[in-house]
Amino acid sequence: MTRFDPATVVQPAQVHRDIYTDPQLFELEMQRLWPRAWLFVGHDSQVPEVGDYTTTVLGGQPVLMVRRAPGSAGDGIAVLHNRCAHKGAPLCTAPSGQAGPTLRCPYHGWSYRLDGSLLGVPLRSGYEHAGFDSCPARQGLTPYGTVAVHRGFVFARASADGPDFDTSMGPVCEALSLMADRSPAGRLRVAGGRLQSLVHANWKIYLENINDAFHPVTTHASVSLSAQDVWDRQPEGTARPPAMQQLLPFGSGHDFFERMGARVLPHGHSVLGTQQSLHSAYAALPGYADALAAAHGSDRAREVLDFAPQNVVAYPSIAIKGVPQVMRVLRPLAVDRTVVESWAFEAVDAPPELLTGALLYNRQVFSPMSMVAHDDLHLFEGIQRALPSRGNPWVSLHRGAVEGTDEPLPREVSGIDEALLRNQYRAWAALMADPVMADPADPADAGARP
Amino acid sequence: MNTAATPLQALVDFIAHEARLLDEGRHAEWDALFTDDAVYWLPAHPANTDPLRQASHLCDDRLLRSVRLQRLQSPRAFSQQPPGRCHHLLQASTLLSTDAAAGLFELRTPFIYTELRGGHTTVLPGTAWHRLVLTGAGLRMAGKRVDLLHADTALPAIEFYL
Repeated sequence: MTRFDPATVVQPAQVHRDIYTDPQLFELEMQRLWPRAWLFVGHDSQVPEVGDYTTTVLGGQPVLMVRRAPGSAGDGIAVLHNRCAHKGAPLCTAPSGQAGPTLRCPYHGWSYRLDGSLLGVPLRSGYEHAGFDSCPARQGLTPYGTVAVHRGFVFARASADGPDFDTSMGPVCEALSLMADRSPAGRLRVAGGRLQSLVHANWKIYLENINDAFHPVTTHASVSLSAQDVWDRQPEGTARPPAMQQLLPFGSGHDFFERMGARVLPHGHSVLGTQQSLHSAYAALPGYADALAAAHGSDRAREVLDFAPQNVVAYPSIAIKGVPQVMRVLRPLAVDRTVVESWAFEAVDAPPELLTGALLYNRQVFSPMSMVAHDDLHLFEGIQRALPSRGNPWVSLHRGAVEGTDEPLPREVSGIDEALLRNQYRAWAALMADPVMADPADPADAGARP
Repeated sequence: MNTAATPLQALVDFIAHEARLLDEGRHAEWDALFTDDAVYWLPAHPANTDPLRQASHLCDDRLLRSVRLQRLQSPRAFSQQPPGRCHHLLQASTLLSTDAAAGLFELRTPFIYTELRGGHTTVLPGTAWHRLVLTGAGLRMAGKRVDLLHADTALPAIEFYL
C-alpha cells in the first residue's frame, strides 16, 4: 500500500468494514497509527530499582522499559527496542526482572548501558578497520522514541512528528492524577498481577465497546438479571458484599446510561461517565475520606472521591477506571486478534479494600472467565466473522450525529451518544493519513513518491 | 469418622462423579457438592497463594456460583447460543493428606479440560486440588482450586467451571 486516503473508509458517521478486516490496513496501522500515538508502556512502580526492567510490545514492536540511574533523562526511564544491535536477539525475555548495571545480550555477550548505548563488544580487536564505528550497530540499542512520564505512568511515541505529550495527553493526565491522588501519599503501585484475554476480534471493536454505554442493557442482561434474581433471594437485610456492589449496577436502564454523561476530547481520547457510572455507588470505606482530606485538602479529596467515571480512554492503547483502580491495555496481534490486559493498582497508604476491590473487578468483569465479559466477547468475535459478509459494508455510528455538532472539542454529550466512537475514528483518520513530507522512517512512504 | 470408613476408592469416585456432573451440565447437583462456605478458586498464576490479594480468574463463593450457573441457563446468555459443552479427561487422583479426626482429605487430580462453544474448541491442561470433607450427608467439597498450565497467558473465554 503506497498511498492511503482515510476518507475512503472513515466518513463522519459511518466507517467501512475494511478497517476491521483488511490485513493490509492492519499493517498500515502498525506503521502509522500506533507509532504516531502516545502509547502506554508501563508504570514506574514496576521498575523501582536501577536495572529493573519490563518487556512488552507496543503496536507490534517488542520493547524494554528500563530504570536508569536517578536524574537521567525521561524521568529515569528508558524505552528501547528489545533487539540486540548485533544480530537481533532480544536482550530480555522475561516479563520483568533485574538486568544489573548493564544489559548484556545472551547470544554473543554484547553489553549496553541502561540508556541503550553500546558499552562493550567481546574481543573488540576483531572489529578494527571493519567499518564498525560508522555502522548502525555501533549506536547500540535503538530508543523506541520519545518518553513521557506522568504520576508514574510511562508513555512513549515512536514517531518524531505529532502533538507533544502535554497538548495531546493533558486531559488524560488529569484523570491519571485523580487516580494517583486516591493514595494519601499520591502514589500508585501496580499490584496483584494482571489477567490477559485473547480476543479473536480487531482491537477497534474492543476499544469502541469501552466507549459504548448503550450495550449493557441488552448485552449484559443475562448476568444482571441472574445477579438480581440471586440477590433478591438472599435473606432481607443481608449487607451487599463488594461482589454484588460491582455486579448489580449492570442492570441499570438506558436512562441511567444516558445521564452518565461523557466528554469528547481531542486526539481520540474521552471520559465516559462524567456525571455518574456503574462505579458511583460503591460503599465508602471508613476513615478513607478523612485520610484523603488530611493528605490533599478537603477540596481535592472531594474531587478525587467524586471522580468515578465508567472509562477514561487514552487512544488507542488504554482505558482506565479510577474507581475501582483498574486499567485495560490493548495489544493488537493481528487484524482479527487482540490481547487485552487487565491491570490493578494499589493506592499507597490507602485502605487495603481498594486493591482487593480492583482485583475483584478484574476477575468479575474482565477475566477470560468473567460472566460479564462472556457475552461481550461472543459479540466481538461474532462481529469479526460477520463483517466480511456480502451485505452492507458500513458500520453505523449515527446516534447523536447531528451535522456540524461534533466539533469543537472538548464537548459534553450524553452517555449514549456515539460521538465518542466518531471521535475515535476522527483520530484514526488523522493518525492514518499519508505523511505530509517524505518520512524515510515510514515504510509506507519509502520509495513510493511519484 | 476415619479413613477406614472412606477408602481411597470412594474419594476417587467422588472426584470422577464431580467431573461427570460438569460434563453433563448437571450444575445444580454439582453445586450441591460444596459445603456452604466452600470457595472455587482459579488463580491467575500457579504460584499464587492469596485468592483476594493476587489476581484470580475466578474466586466464587456460593453466591457467585449461583449467579454464574443461573446465567448459563438464561435465554439471554448469547454466548451460550448454541449451548456449549465441556469434557474432563482425568488422571487418577492421588491422596495428599488425611485428617481422620476432622474427616478431611486433600487430593490432587491432573486433567485435560476441553470446552466446545460455537464450534470452537479450547483445550487446557491443568491440576485440580480438592479438599473433601466427610459430612453427615456424605463427602462434600470444602474447597476446590484449579491450576491451569496456561493460567498466566492470554486465554480465550472459558465459560464453565473446570
